[in-house]
Amino acid sequence: MIYIFYITIVLLALGMLFAIIRFIKGPTAGDRTVALDTMTTIIVAGLVIMSAVFDRFIYADVALIYSVLGFIGVIVIARYLEGAL
Amino acid sequence: MSLYEIIGGILIIIGAAFLFLGGLGILRMPDVYNRLQAGTKATTMGAMSLILGVGVVKMEDSWTWIVKMSIIIIFIAISNPISSHALARAMYRRKRYPFIKSSDKNMDAYREIIEKEEKDEKTVMNDQ
Repeated sequence: MIYIFYITIVLLALGMLFAIIRFIKGPTAGDRTVALDTMTTIIVAGLVIMSAVFDRFIYADVALIYSVLGFIGVIVIARYLEGAL
Repeated sequence: MSLYEIIGGILIIIGAAFLFLGGLGILRMPDVYNRLQAGTKATTMGAMSLILGVGVVKMEDSWTWIVKMSIIIIFIAISNPISSHALARAMYRRKRYPFIKSSDKNMDAYREIIEKEEKDEKTVMNDQ
């Protein structure tokens, strides 16, 4: 079972690396915001995997709160780019 | 390995593969709409499958895991399409036109319309 978690963590780290490259490179602010949204989702998945590996329940709560805060941040940035804020 | 671990392991591997493909797509796609497609749809599916897999793996210990994982899954399924839609609308209102391949003959008329609209646009917005 632990090998499945190893494979999962490697795949998540590669996806995170690609999103960070786009976050640094991105030509406009919209590309960077899309990369931020993807990074938020990957971090939530990584926190859930951490809670399964360490058998601690509290990381799942941290993942829920992190997804709420990331969602609010992306909404605020999108409204600001739209010019409605 | 029990049956719970086999089913949950398959779900976790599928979810991790989708998250990896989302990250790859966000690096490789040409414009912001394609990046939205790869970066929010694929990662929504991947995160939902992975979290459900963790809940199924831990289900033989106790039933409280699957309940909490279901709460996270429901919240991701509600919130990710909303943020993706808000971003796409913001990019559309800032007049980010879609990527057009330069060798595509069928898109010539569409490109002329876009260039004419860009010429008519007097106020040039700052990009960054």
